[in-house]
Amino acid sequence: MSILKRKASSDRKRSKSIWEQSFRRLFKNRSAVFSACILGFMFLFSFVGPLISPYSSNGIDVTVMKHPPDFTHWLGTDIYGRDVLTRLMLAGRISLTVGLASMVLSLLLGSLLGAVSGYYGGIVDSIIMRIADILMSIPSLPLLIIIAAMLSEFKVPTDYRLYIVMLMLSLVGWPGLARLIRGQILSLREQMYMKAADVLGLGTWRKIFHHLLPNTYPLLIVVATLSTASGILSESTLSFLGLGVVEPTSSWGNMITIANNLIDFQKHPWLWIPPGAAIFITVVAINVLGDAVRDVLDPKMKGR
Amino acid sequence: MEEPIITVRNLQTFFHLEGRVSKAVDNVSFSVPKGKVICIVGESGCGKSVTALSLLRLVDFPGRIAGGEILFHNRDILKMNTKEIHNLRGDKISMIFQEPMTSLNPVFTIGRQISETLLEHTLCDRKEAWEEGVELIKKVGLPRAEKIMDSYPHELSGGMLQRVMIAIALSCQPELLIADEPTTALDVTIQAQVLDLLRQLRDQSDMSILFITHDLGVVAEIADYVIVMYAGRIIEEAPVTELFRHPRHPYTRGLLKSRPVIGQRRDRLYSIKGQVPDLSELPQGCYFADRCESCMEPCRKEYPESVSDAGGHKTACLLYKEGVANGSTTAEDY
Repeated sequence: MSILKRKASSDRKRSKSIWEQSFRRLFKNRSAVFSACILGFMFLFSFVGPLISPYSSNGIDVTVMKHPPDFTHWLGTDIYGRDVLTRLMLAGRISLTVGLASMVLSLLLGSLLGAVSGYYGGIVDSIIMRIADILMSIPSLPLLIIIAAMLSEFKVPTDYRLYIVMLMLSLVGWPGLARLIRGQILSLREQMYMKAADVLGLGTWRKIFHHLLPNTYPLLIVVATLSTASGILSESTLSFLGLGVVEPTSSWGNMITIANNLIDFQKHPWLWIPPGAAIFITVVAINVLGDAVRDVLDPKMKGR
Repeated sequence: MEEPIITVRNLQTFFHLEGRVSKAVDNVSFSVPKGKVICIVGESGCGKSVTALSLLRLVDFPGRIAGGEILFHNRDILKMNTKEIHNLRGDKISMIFQEPMTSLNPVFTIGRQISETLLEHTLCDRKEAWEEGVELIKKVGLPRAEKIMDSYPHELSGGMLQRVMIAIALSCQPELLIADEPTTALDVTIQAQVLDLLRQLRDQSDMSILFITHDLGVVAEIADYVIVMYAGRIIEEAPVTELFRHPRHPYTRGLLKSRPVIGQRRDRLYSIKGQVPDLSELPQGCYFADRCESCMEPCRKEYPESVSDAGGHKTACLLYKEGVANGSTTAEDY
């Protein structure tokens, strides 16, 4: 207590911001720190790992097909004799990038459209929200499957499919977020300080981006973490079904496809357990972190 | 009187609610001369704040400015386009509110919010705006300006926040400052300081102030000229000393009588009986007739016109209309 007091009374140069305080509280939460460490490891594993690995992604080696794990190939080799560990790392790159990029995209789309529709109201609001309703009323998986089928039909090159998967995921991801943001903006714009902003003659964009959206950041951060997880999951699902990222590019989802084959499923578990575990661990870690962030940023939870 | 900065003529602001029309501001005319403090007084719901918001065209739906004109340097604010009105707000005409605690955005530092107005209306860069902000905070009499620039609104007290609000309102050196009950949420000592500050700023920069309040003590402190509103209309207006010495309208006299006086012990303060009439169902005659102690028969038939005497003291009451009664009643008992 005395330390706290001394700290408070000592001449602080800059007052502690909300972010700083939240960060401290987050740091005290053990499960949050643990999952952040796991995520950090996953990132290092995926982005730095391949640089260290002696094998290349498509290094086919027919002499060691379906070789069980040993010291040369830590996680064994697959049906073409490619090193599973290296492919797992590269797949992590893809999966994490897709998750993050689709999150960023849907966050941008969702918060922008939500803010605009909440701020302007009226006809703009109706149009944006109806589009959101329509997108939300179609189950996302069938929608994604249809889009993916169209992509195959039009023979989109495999290199581009990755980016299109990101776009697809953010397309189905934004409506929920837009609704959340719109709800927030609706209540925020009635605040006295918005009237004050009106009085000061601030422009509309300044009002939306400098006054309204920053007030929703806590919400945005939580949604961002959780939607990264769902992005990774959706990408895996699509790739598993052969509709997302396709061979030879590896992703965690299309690596598990091998489990469809009964013999591989029974005899070669090193082919599908590692990617499955990677998805599982990453998604759980992100969700735990997201939960912790929400606890920290929600003022009503402070007493806990 | 000098050339007025802003002239309001026959302003009408109506609220359309469920098919009924509430005349929140009806036929209000006044002008604000340069460097003067004009006070609008009246009880709650008599249209003071709506008048102020109308000046900046900030009346929200379902409210609508139905008629009249607001001339700012001979240009009608009601006819300006969106860009012109944006340039006017915060730059030429500024406003401060009753609740300083809620008038600042809680997620930003004071510094950001001060510099924002400057960035919007002037051609300065971020650094200049920041320095100007520090100057402004010093100007409104707050110590340790740099530290306040880095603080968040919740870290300051109400009085400090109101000063910050004043600083923000003053940032572009407006010609007119509208103060909508700026001292109501503050305690009496802080109230006195804020009033002092406003007066001092008025003297320094020759800015006009339109001051809205229900507190006659505050009026006596700061006003040059007083406008008394009742049920959306101006019922009396006069220079401040004249109004306090010779209040004419029975409503004004009632208001003055219902103040507590230091040194006098009274069990009950005087109160004007009754309530402000429903603004959507105003009677045909004088709106105050039902509550008036000197109500006469003609009062219920027509709304009295405003009558001005030689000294510029205008009253909208039949008592002072020639031929109805001789306006001999003065402030015998305030």
